[in-house]
Amino acid sequence: MAKAAAKKSAAAAPSVERRPALAGQELSATGVALAVLPPAERISLRAPYASVAALSKALGVTLPRKPKTSAAKAGRTALWLGPDEWLVIDEVGRDPLADCFEMTVLHSAVGISHRNVAISVTGPAAAATINSGCPQDLSLDAFPVGAASRTILGKVEIVLLRTATDAFRVECWRSFSDYVFTFLSEAAGDAAA
Amino acid sequence: MLLIRCPYCEEERPELEFRNAGEAHIARSADMAATSDDDFEKFFFIRSNPKGIIYERWRHMHGCARFFNAVRDTVSDRFLMTYKAGEPKPANLPGAAK
Amino acid sequence: MIAAFRIPGAGRLKQAETTRFSFDGQSYAGVEGDTLASALLANGVHLVGRSFKYHRPRGFLSAGAEEPNALVEIKRDSARKTPNVRATVQELYDGLTAQSQNRWPSLSFDVSALGDIASPLLSAGFYYKTFMWPKSAWKNFYEPKIRAAAGLGVAPDQPDPDHYSARFAHCDVLVLGGGAAGIAAALAAAETGVRVILADEQADFGGSLHFESGARIDGQDGFAWAQAAIATLNAMDNVRVLSRTTAFGYYAQNFVGLVERVSDHLQNPGRDLPRERLWQVRAKRVVLATGAIERHMVFADNDRPGIMLASAARTYLNHYGVAVGRNVGIYTANDSAYAAAIDLKKAGVGVAAIVDLRDNPTGSVIDEARALGIEVNFGRAVIRAGGKLRVSSMTVQPKNGGGERTIPVDAILMSAGWTPSVHLFSQSRGKVAFNDETKRFVPGAYAQDCVSVGACNGTDGLSATIDEAYAAGAKAAKDAGANTVKGTKPKVDASESWSRGMLGAAPGAGPDTTVKAFVDFQNDVTAKDIRQAVHEGMRSIEHVKRFTTNGMATDQGKTSNMHGLAIAAETLGKPIPQVGLTTFRAPYTPVTFGSIVGHARGKLFDPTRKTAIHPWAEAQGAVFEDVGQWKRAWYFPKAGEDMHAAVDRECVTVRKTAGLFDASTLGKIEVVGPDAAKFMELLYTNPWEKLEPGRCRYGIMLREDGFIYDDGVVGRLAADRFHVTTTTGGAPRVMNHMEDYLQTEFPHLNVWLTSTTEQWAVIAVQGPKSRDIIAPLVEGIDMSDGALPHMSVREGRICGVPTRLFRMSFTGERGFEVNVPADYGQAVWDALWAEGQKHGACAYGTETMHVLRAEKGYIIVGQDTDGTVTPNDAGLDWAVGKKKTDFVGIRGMARPDLVAKGRKHLVGLKTKDPKVVLEEGAQIVGDPKQAIPMTMIGHVTSSYWSENCGRSIALALVAGGRDRMGETLYVPMPNGTIEVEVTGMVFFDEKGERLNG
Repeated sequence: MAKAAAKKSAAAAPSVERRPALAGQELSATGVALAVLPPAERISLRAPYASVAALSKALGVTLPRKPKTSAAKAGRTALWLGPDEWLVIDEVGRDPLADCFEMTVLHSAVGISHRNVAISVTGPAAAATINSGCPQDLSLDAFPVGAASRTILGKVEIVLLRTATDAFRVECWRSFSDYVFTFLSEAAGDAAA
Repeated sequence: MLLIRCPYCEEERPELEFRNAGEAHIARSADMAATSDDDFEKFFFIRSNPKGIIYERWRHMHGCARFFNAVRDTVSDRFLMTYKAGEPKPANLPGAAK
Repeated sequence: MIAAFRIPGAGRLKQAETTRFSFDGQSYAGVEGDTLASALLANGVHLVGRSFKYHRPRGFLSAGAEEPNALVEIKRDSARKTPNVRATVQELYDGLTAQSQNRWPSLSFDVSALGDIASPLLSAGFYYKTFMWPKSAWKNFYEPKIRAAAGLGVAPDQPDPDHYSARFAHCDVLVLGGGAAGIAAALAAAETGVRVILADEQADFGGSLHFESGARIDGQDGFAWAQAAIATLNAMDNVRVLSRTTAFGYYAQNFVGLVERVSDHLQNPGRDLPRERLWQVRAKRVVLATGAIERHMVFADNDRPGIMLASAARTYLNHYGVAVGRNVGIYTANDSAYAAAIDLKKAGVGVAAIVDLRDNPTGSVIDEARALGIEVNFGRAVIRAGGKLRVSSMTVQPKNGGGERTIPVDAILMSAGWTPSVHLFSQSRGKVAFNDETKRFVPGAYAQDCVSVGACNGTDGLSATIDEAYAAGAKAAKDAGANTVKGTKPKVDASESWSRGMLGAAPGAGPDTTVKAFVDFQNDVTAKDIRQAVHEGMRSIEHVKRFTTNGMATDQGKTSNMHGLAIAAETLGKPIPQVGLTTFRAPYTPVTFGSIVGHARGKLFDPTRKTAIHPWAEAQGAVFEDVGQWKRAWYFPKAGEDMHAAVDRECVTVRKTAGLFDASTLGKIEVVGPDAAKFMELLYTNPWEKLEPGRCRYGIMLREDGFIYDDGVVGRLAADRFHVTTTTGGAPRVMNHMEDYLQTEFPHLNVWLTSTTEQWAVIAVQGPKSRDIIAPLVEGIDMSDGALPHMSVREGRICGVPTRLFRMSFTGERGFEVNVPADYGQAVWDALWAEGQKHGACAYGTETMHVLRAEKGYIIVGQDTDGTVTPNDAGLDWAVGKKKTDFVGIRGMARPDLVAKGRKHLVGLKTKDPKVVLEEGAQIVGDPKQAIPMTMIGHVTSSYWSENCGRSIALALVAGGRDRMGETLYVPMPNGTIEVEVTGMVFFDEKGERLNG
């Protein structure tokens, strides 16, 4: 679908510098460390359930159908965000937009690699840090490893993915990343309490 | 802060993730242009604002982003049930008789 | 050196660990573990404050959070001044500095205490009556003087340098109150393995075990058992124990607000620690173990320093090792005050007499008091206290009248009985029920998944309390999902028992007196005030409360509610339950603004959004303006330029050569799917089906009411893909509006929406040289006018990165908008800037953008429209698809008033004097000579100096504006009336030739 927009381009690598927001920022506090993650390829994928099997095959990762879950394979993670919505993140440089390009099943794939910034929150106080501004229950029972959800952090929207018992990936829009990193930094200082 | 059960996420989530979106089951006419002034007034301006059971729309804005419907008691603030957009107005309300 | 009233060996503090502090400039010694109250009492200081209204001298009533009198200011430095701190709660630290409040010139001599003499002026409802007239007295006397005299502490006048943290927490069982009941409930719940939070407002857990010397649990002293139990709980992974933490509010669905005082008790908190931590807890089950609060006796001058609750005196003795006097009197209507007399007597303090209002009470404590040689008087009342700055005597009389006897004392310990603390239960919307036998309100019907245990539930006796609490804790855990219960219930070996008491005024303050017998100390409400309120027609207890201020404000009636209610009921001649209890409001005790605000200060007050190109603009010295949360470059002044000069230069340069503009903040939505065009047809007034891929169109979005909601240029990238732009401020609501229709009205359409606002950085290149600037950097796009005409879009690459290149113009010049992935925005801007420099292009900001678009009569939604403007009003009828049968707003637009004659039209205005620039928002009239108030026929929406036109230009909404072309209208201003001529909206290049120039 939408072939005009997703032209596979064989053009040369960009001749200009990429400047990701907050590149390389880190912070460590008692029980928790924050790090701005390197750029990743991302799409917002929308599709009815009838298309899920075909799209999963094309993407090489099974799009989860259960709310608040994710699936990951070979550096590519698909997060269930809504009943017809997935955030697909590829951390190994393969563009999921290109993988959807040939698909004729009903769907919408829109590239949002530059829209989002990801911050990792790791350590025994990671959940407490996020709970400083996120109202969801982040206990392992309620938000196990692999759980994923769009939610709130302070005054902005984030997408939260639990990557390990003590590790989360926080995704937010580019212009909110300064707020999110600052918020998490301030919260980190009090998270060991 | 209320807890609201999102019928798409299939669990209760904190109110901060939601936005109220006004009264539910107010259908937009399929032939909008031909609607009479009176009918347009009812459709666009008139709301029931009851003391008691209200059928209303919510959006899980900062969650699955879906609009859905809810039945809430405006006196107790208690949600009796929530259901997906497009589903009919429920005939029986759990706990409403209490 | 040990303080005069500290009893060696008494209490639980290490008396060798001394701490220095000062009160009203005088230095004292305290002991580690003291509160400010216990330390002052150890030094014999009772006088600590002046009352709210009458400025009467006041001392300590209590030893806890219910304290209404001993409110002081704690000062750490010039910015850290906290008023209205309860001295009974403030823990001592070395160097603590406290000051009394609401007195001048000094605590012991307060001029305003004359208010006590003038008190007839200040009786119940005084502010509804006394301050009515004369009118001039309001300004000169009532407002400045009375307001200054009445009141509590003074708010700090500097920004709060402390920081506050916040945490959302979830648990299965939340136990509020850490006395014997709360601890037992927490133990039972914790042993099942469920998540438990136990919170108590005090520094140490134990509640009334602080003073109950007769309690023994599991073979230990009650307080020691409590500490051991807390240690056990603290060691469990599934339990969070929070001391110094007050549950201040109980909200819907077991959502409870707690404030933890993290560092107010520390000498040097350090910068890492927050001052307070707000816990917002969602619990599956809540156990309320909030205890009971002792009531005072209501008699004449019962507020003299040295008069306090009996349990408070026990706490000072048994926990802090402090005697509250050398020769105390006891005035009681129940047993519990006897224990105070016994404990004090045993500690060597003189007990002058026990005055018991009851006729013939019996019991072991009475026998024990007598055995200790204490004089016990039944059926008698204390009808008045002597002394002013400190109580000096109590006058005793048989309760039905008779001879008076005055007994010298230096303290009076009183107890009228105990009031269950149902504040949180009431906040949870539970309904209290009056127990006629015990004369108290206890929890009745529950509204939430919670349970009350112990004293707050009206359960008397330690054994019964622990039985009830332990069972409730286990049940709460089970209801929350636990399946194993394996603990053992604490065993009560010995306990004290409390009995009933009395409500309302005691004989000395009975119906026929007008003495000052205080019901509410904090709000200076007397028994007489309550009666007066009823006599003046207040029937509802809620009205009595508001008329007298009884139980209002920060106090929330902790000690006063029941007395006030009983007096009102008696005066009304109605039983108490028929009069009813007032509603308890959150917060239970005052909460700082800091803890509510939490992290949301400074940089975190609100997100500040910056574009990818922001750093460049900042380096260029751009002046920024706030547009919603975005920072946008407003103008780029060169050395020596003011705003006008910069904007004039930018405006001229764009039209002469070219300008670069950061348009990244524009909202962008990608509309994708086979029904994309159908959806666009429904959401915008324009036709879309026939728009060729690769072409753009200016779209108008209406609300269902027919008024303009948003606008923007939309590019069709493919048959099934549109790139929609919105206004900067409108992006989130437009997305919500579109999603709403898609999900709920048009769910049959196969189309999806994705916000791409932040995916793309957008660089507008506008001006006759714009193509020359862009072309050298672009690959794969034919930029000739034939291949890329005005209002078209192509995908290709610029500087090697993907671009969506729009040929469009918001200036009227040949123009382009270069969309590139945001992380490349800065680099592509740099490259375009370098090209632009070759042609003499400038960077321009939002002000120039505004001027240039106004020169062309392009509207800005939200500036030239205000939510009541139709497309026709704005002269945009051409953008409404005439053949369309449906779109959002099609019917609203046809409402009678929206098609009526005389509506306001958007038109241009030219001032007769071209140098005069109108003020935006200025009102317009037809006849400047008409009588005031004049009939306004419109207002100026946009107005600028246009250097390109060599004159001022303006847009305005004017009634029937399009029928007034050439007419002269008037804009009355404070400095004179400005003449204007109504014109078309296009001031520059009316034929639009420059789009291809």
